[in-house]
Amino acid sequence: MSLYRDQAVVLRAWKLGEADRIISMHTLDNGKVRGVAKGVRRTKSKFGARLEPLSHISIQLYRGRGDLDTITQVETLHRFSNLRTDPDRFARAEAMLECVEHVAQEREPDPRLHVMLVRALGTLNDQDSPLVVASFFLKLLAHEGLQPQVDECVSCGATEQLEAIDLGDGGVFCRNCRRGRPVSAGALDILQRILGGGLAGVLSEPVGPATSEVDLLSTALMEHHLERRLRSVAVLDQTQI
Amino acid sequence: MSYSSTVQELIDQFGRLPGIGPKSAQRVAFYLLKAPTEDAVRLSRAIVDAKERVSFCERCFNLSEGGEECAICRDPRREERMVCVVEDAQDIVAVERTQEFRGRYHVLQGAFSPIDGVGVDQLRVKELMTRVGEEDIEEVIIATNPNLEGEATAALLAKYLKPMGVKVSRIASGLPVGGDLEYADELTLGRALEGRTTVGE
Ligand SMILES: [Zn+2]
Ligand SMILES: [Zn+2]
Repeated sequence: MSLYRDQAVVLRAWKLGEADRIISMHTLDNGKVRGVAKGVRRTKSKFGARLEPLSHISIQLYRGRGDLDTITQVETLHRFSNLRTDPDRFARAEAMLECVEHVAQEREPDPRLHVMLVRALGTLNDQDSPLVVASFFLKLLAHEGLQPQVDECVSCGATEQLEAIDLGDGGVFCRNCRRGRPVSAGALDILQRILGGGLAGVLSEPVGPATSEVDLLSTALMEHHLERRLRSVAVLDQTQI
Repeated sequence: MSYSSTVQELIDQFGRLPGIGPKSAQRVAFYLLKAPTEDAVRLSRAIVDAKERVSFCERCFNLSEGGEECAICRDPRREERMVCVVEDAQDIVAVERTQEFRGRYHVLQGAFSPIDGVGVDQLRVKELMTRVGEEDIEEVIIATNPNLEGEATAALLAKYLKPMGVKVSRIASGLPVGGDLEYADELTLGRALEGRTTVGE
């Protein structure tokens, strides 16, 4: 039983009783942690806004006997305010939080994942590109050891005429070995650049058929890995007018 | 030890209610089992009566008793040009307590929360757009909770309503950020209504 400090991104918050909240967060040093924030829904609480999902915070927690740590201090590091005032970006940001909520394990430190999430939220806050989430999903899959093979045919190793991608087989196929769904040359180029480290250039790519294709593909790959649909993505599709 | 199926069923039913965990469900169930029969009958009758008599207003989705439209929508003294949008019907009670607002309401029946699967299709947004199109509404005042989902809901509504040429405003700060509207006192909420600001400009 002890007090400890950490940095965290708030993933989700649930009401508890009359005035408390349960917070699920991904921390830098302690993996996913669930904490209880007492009295935050009362109107005079100073904690309330700082512990909302999407907040990047510096936090002090008390670890007791149970599963839930008690939050004793919170300071805001980043609020990512553009993500809160734009419905589309809000849904995209929540898709990343939802994904991390499913992927991360409780109290299993994964600082690399934490840094990836903070960076992706910051990037999305600065520029509205559908490829921010797509890149995050692909890099997260790579981090989990499930990087899709996009440079050569999974079956024969050919590097030319790559025309299809299969979610289960985790990569692309050439014209002769083709299986799975078709993938365009433009989308394949973006996939190769994201996974090859050319992310910065990819984000300035104008929105078009190839970027939407990568958006859909990366979500499909992530959902295949999670073995569940991402709710935020379904909601995002509704808000596009 | 396990309970008889009748007792377990009662506990399970209470456990399905919002904010009631397994421990509380057990406590309520045992309270009722020990209470006089009349008390339990009165409770069950109140539930059945409410379910039979109360429905959602066809126009604004407020609670309505004895009609297709709620008492506020039926009241001819309410101004038609202003509509106050709230997340839940209980928020109407909070706004009414301020006595600052004489227009009508629209209840979204939730807040924009992608991670919970709640988006435009799950909220009463299309119904609100229909009202803006058909009624003489000049201003839509958004009184969603001053928290993340409430702010995102306001942004979502502005995105859909602004192109329709209606004035869209948001109740002012002064409401504590991160709190629930239903906990706000009527003075603070009244001031917030007076000092509302235009959204999306
Ligand atoms: Zn091949
Ligand atoms: Zn009504």
